[in-house]
Amino acid sequence: MKINKEKISGIVFLLIALSALSVLALITIFIFIKGVPIITKVGFFNFVFGMVWDPSHGAYGIFPMIIGSVSVTLGAAILGVPVAISCSIFLAEYAPAALSNIVRPAIQLLAAIPSVVYGFWGLLFVVPAIRNYLGGPGLSILAGSIILAIMILPTIISISEVSLLALPRQYKEGAYALGLTQWQTIRSVLLPAAKSGIVAAIILGIGRAIGETMAVIMVLGNAVAIPQSILDPARTLTTNIGIEMGYASGEHQQALFATGIVLLVIVMILNAFAQYVTRRK
Amino acid sequence: MSIKMLIRLMLRFKVKNMKIAIVVCRPKRRICTAVSVVILVLAVSLISACSNLNKAGIIVAGSTSVQPYAEVLAEEYMILHPDAVIDIQGGGSSAGIMAAQSGTSDLGMSSRILKDDEKSLWYVEIARDGLAVIMNPANPILNLTLDQISDIYSAKISDWSQVGGTKAKIHIITREDGSGTRDAFVNLVMGESNITPRAIVQDSNGAVRQLVADDPNAIGYISLGLVDDTVKALQLDGVAATRDNVMNGSYGLSRPFLFVALAEPTGQTKQFLDFVLSPEGQQILINEGLISPSEGTGK
Repeated sequence: MKINKEKISGIVFLLIALSALSVLALITIFIFIKGVPIITKVGFFNFVFGMVWDPSHGAYGIFPMIIGSVSVTLGAAILGVPVAISCSIFLAEYAPAALSNIVRPAIQLLAAIPSVVYGFWGLLFVVPAIRNYLGGPGLSILAGSIILAIMILPTIISISEVSLLALPRQYKEGAYALGLTQWQTIRSVLLPAAKSGIVAAIILGIGRAIGETMAVIMVLGNAVAIPQSILDPARTLTTNIGIEMGYASGEHQQALFATGIVLLVIVMILNAFAQYVTRRK
Repeated sequence: MSIKMLIRLMLRFKVKNMKIAIVVCRPKRRICTAVSVVILVLAVSLISACSNLNKAGIIVAGSTSVQPYAEVLAEEYMILHPDAVIDIQGGGSSAGIMAAQSGTSDLGMSSRILKDDEKSLWYVEIARDGLAVIMNPANPILNLTLDQISDIYSAKISDWSQVGGTKAKIHIITREDGSGTRDAFVNLVMGESNITPRAIVQDSNGAVRQLVADDPNAIGYISLGLVDDTVKALQLDGVAATRDNVMNGSYGLSRPFLFVALAEPTGQTKQFLDFVLSPEGQQILINEGLISPSEGTGK
């Protein structure tokens, strides 16, 4: 009797877990069914490396958006990663318990702010500041990078802090025993030892930045041309879907799904890379 | 004191009970919870689906330019007819026409004239809307020609000094591909040339207006009815963008707001349409800044 119950509970949970997984499969299949026809029609090369996106005239090239995604994400990483890693070092090594107990939840809270709020804040403060002090229309790669840099902080900070804290105590004790100062210990023992975790944290942060849509739509300007400076407006793969889905139909809609395929593949590669890095010894 | 003791007693009792409960029926509980969650979800979705079926009112979907006006009309109509349920959805002109074609909505809203392959549908013009080219009030330019606007949007002109303003780069703001407003602008202004890909793209009239209000070097286009004192509507070839000028046809940038249906509507839908086209309904639209098709010749 008891064994039976155990079995049933196991099966029930298996079914529920599978239903979550089947949603993933369903979404992936649906996106591919909707998106692949336009890629085969336009040609994979023309779609991914095409320079002109003009759906009302039948031109579907998403290369400007790929460049947009890459440049905004790179900008976010340049601005956000040093801050995030310094912060995680501070939390793991320097901060007294009383302080880190305040800072840590505060950073978690940063992750809880809805992205539309980030976007709105960016539109009201970051964009006018860039327009007034640096020139250009304000809606720009720089504005997007600043907002995304803030949004990826919690991801990078918490994961790299965990990987620093997970190091065996002997590493630190050994380093101190050899007469290393605290900074020397962090720099030459702890950081190299936690490297894989920190790299994974950065990749996951980048994955988050590439996938972000709402905040970026509001501050990026969404122009469909390859940007020439960080003060130019640009469009990312996500915002291309977000801004045009409302009106798209027919081939235009398929092209947006195809944009989703490209995005899905990029994010999958990034996540696989993060997994690989964390598992490598 | 006595209350505190009571609470303490209760707590101890509960905790003991809970411990027993957890120890005794853990697997059973898990299954129960899991199964009941599944049943609950199914039940809720079933109930909500049923209630939607029972309450089938009129569904109106389409152009986001028409949507705010349709919402006002629906609100007024539902005050007059408390039983009626009118559901206004966005989606864009093309989506609205498609929804009317496929029957997923009773009425489609379009802010552009029907294309040739859509001409078989039944449609009625409920109002006209002017299209205003807007600028920041700080910009000294008051008047542009159609050609100048077209050249600005196709990036042949990139500096305000080329059209008589102060030297500064023009920040072009446009709507996203597929939008009815953009479609109307392209048809009425651009002719054969294309809007430059370097233009900033925003996905609503409000966002365009907000940007232009913030940026002294920006130019954009929105519904005439939505122009307020944060922005300045340009004169076109010397003709001011006003309702009167749209009505008498001297201001060329205007577009029809259409209600589209698969066939001539009957029943509830017809009642709503009659209200929209009645003097009361038209007055509501006029008060909201639109132009009644019966008022003038239009273009």
